Amino acid sequence: MVKYYLQNKLNVMLVIKDLHAKINDKEILKGINLEVKPGEVHAIMGPNGSGKSTLASVLTGRELVEVTHGSVTFNGKDVLEMPAEVRSREGIFLSFQYPVEIPGVSMVNFMKAAVNEHRKYRNLEPLSASDFLKLLRERKELVEIDSALTNRSVNEGFSGGEKKKNEIFQMAMLEPKLSILDETDSGLDIDALRVVANGVNKLKTANNATIVITHYQRLLDYIVPDFVHILYNGRIVKSSGKELALELEEKGYDWIKNGN
Amino acid sequence: MSKTATQNIKDEMVNLYLDNLDLISEGSSALMNHHREEAIQNFRILGLPNQKNEKYKYSKIESIFSYEYEKYFAPKNITFKVEDIFRCDIPELDTHLALVLNGFYLPNPNRLQTLENGVVVGSVIDAAAKYPHLFEKHYNIQAENNTDGLVALNTAFAQDGVFIYVPKGVVCTKPIQIINLLMSDENLLVQYRNLIVLEESSQANVLVCDHSLSPKRFISNVVTEIAVGANAQLEFVKMQNEHNDSNQLTHTYVKLERDSKVVSNVLSLHGGFIRNNLNMQLAGEGADAHAYGLYLTDRTQHTDNYTFIDHAVPNCTSNELYKGILDDQATGAFNGRILVRRDAQKTQAYQSNNNLLLTADAKMNTKPQLEIYADDVKCSHGATIGQIDYDALFYMRARGIGEREAKLLLMFGFAHEVVKRVSIESLRERVDDLVNKRLRGELSRCHNCPMHCC
Repeated sequence: MVKYYLQNKLNVMLVIKDLHAKINDKEILKGINLEVKPGEVHAIMGPNGSGKSTLASVLTGRELVEVTHGSVTFNGKDVLEMPAEVRSREGIFLSFQYPVEIPGVSMVNFMKAAVNEHRKYRNLEPLSASDFLKLLRERKELVEIDSALTNRSVNEGFSGGEKKKNEIFQMAMLEPKLSILDETDSGLDIDALRVVANGVNKLKTANNATIVITHYQRLLDYIVPDFVHILYNGRIVKSSGKELALELEEKGYDWIKNGN
Repeated sequence: MSKTATQNIKDEMVNLYLDNLDLISEGSSALMNHHREEAIQNFRILGLPNQKNEKYKYSKIESIFSYEYEKYFAPKNITFKVEDIFRCDIPELDTHLALVLNGFYLPNPNRLQTLENGVVVGSVIDAAAKYPHLFEKHYNIQAENNTDGLVALNTAFAQDGVFIYVPKGVVCTKPIQIINLLMSDENLLVQYRNLIVLEESSQANVLVCDHSLSPKRFISNVVTEIAVGANAQLEFVKMQNEHNDSNQLTHTYVKLERDSKVVSNVLSLHGGFIRNNLNMQLAGEGADAHAYGLYLTDRTQHTDNYTFIDHAVPNCTSNELYKGILDDQATGAFNGRILVRRDAQKTQAYQSNNNLLLTADAKMNTKPQLEIYADDVKCSHGATIGQIDYDALFYMRARGIGEREAKLLLMFGFAHEVVKRVSIESLRERVDDLVNKRLRGELSRCHNCPMHCC
């Protein structure tokens, strides 16, 4: 029993300790503690303004958010010291809530540059053009993205659903160790939701982990969490198993606000 | 520039003309000589454009003339083969080649050549002798000798240049490539004159490449007149890739007859001081004019594009897109003038100028200028000056792409919107490659020349 506990402790992927962060002069995160192990799915739920997106921004290294206290380690390494591109190469992936359009930059050129940067970081040779296209095709099929999306400029003219699918496609291309899905379900109809969730589930392994940030319980029917945390006013106020999401759905966020 | 100094340059030019008139005339054609007297009189009155001239507000023309320049009135005798000292950037492109060295047409092997389908490519001097009716009809018709001193100067001095003629109904299968080379042991002022005539329903692709091969100061003052017949189509791509001491002053005039289509694309990849004037007149109903441009500047370079689209008749369309990236202390200007005349109803004219500034010192002046006198038209103009989008940059970094590489991808994407308008695929790919190298600082401006000056 003790041996199992120690092994598990050593096997932690992400450790967030007492994290405080502010934007301009407003403190948004007021002491977050979280541990994520390989193979786990964690859901973070909370009302608007609770700090969900800020947490995602801190983990990916967006300069607008300033960390004032605490630490974040990923596989033992200090994340807060790393610029955004290094965090990505270390294996952290964020599926953006509002993916930006980049006219003029083709999806193919973009993904090729990203994939090869990741390979370089791991001392691997860059993929040849034909090997890259082969990978592209395989991954497209896996997450059910159609060709139209990859032939264009990044996210240009994409609908909300197409943008989200494109995020999962990029996840499939980069095979991250930790995926953070920031409100991936917002703006999606039920079919798009199913495709996106399917993609995420197909990419899950015993060695990677997922943090699902969401407002609604619905996504969690498809991407089933091992742990659910409720974020309120910059702190995680409740943590439990997946039933917590159902309870929250039933009782609403007021239940949390009233100190339950 | 002091007033006496400018006056000095003007007098110097006029005296130079008078002193060398015999040489100039001998080295050219009678038909061209015919226009010189009036031109030099115009120049006497106008002088070089200065910044009080609204059209040249953002470009100090006089400053580039304030050095000592040699002027040649006869072609140099060259003993080497040009191909040995210069290889064009676009080797895979299968084209009809026309070479101009220091403003004089190089026999290749002849001075005037008729191709399989009746297309004529050669020296303006020889063409004037052989096709006087074409010259009477088209030479010095569009050029604005009485308002632009540089144009008048060219008409007075230019002796040679390139002549291209495409007969009625002929579709040119191969692009015609003009390579303008500058090579000299001294600073050089070069002036030459081009004439391009496309008869009714013909089609052609013309590619012009400007290169400087010696580490000297150059001024090229070039006038090109293009007459596009009814229902004809022309794509005209100009690539400027010269070193920092090279100054380009180009004046291109295009007249579009009914139902014709002209696509102009000016790609200013590198150069010290570049001023391009483009005039397109939609003279027949159904004519369609496209003007695209890209300018990539850094250090203390300056690129200024002036365009004038004249909707002289109803039912014509025009579309302009000029984009630029300015780095270091580079400067740039864009003045897009559109005139829609009173009876030019159902005109559609669109104009866009987008600029990316990479430093706080780079400076861009952009001036859309729409004069609309008709009332049933669709016109729009837009100009933007901005920096690299942080959100786009972050998105790419969040995928593992480093900041420098991400910026390069963004800039390449920005430039590609203009490059993609080049219709010949192999040329378009080559330009993409050159743009990419230019943005990365890997562009050799001296094109495999043995002098390795840069």
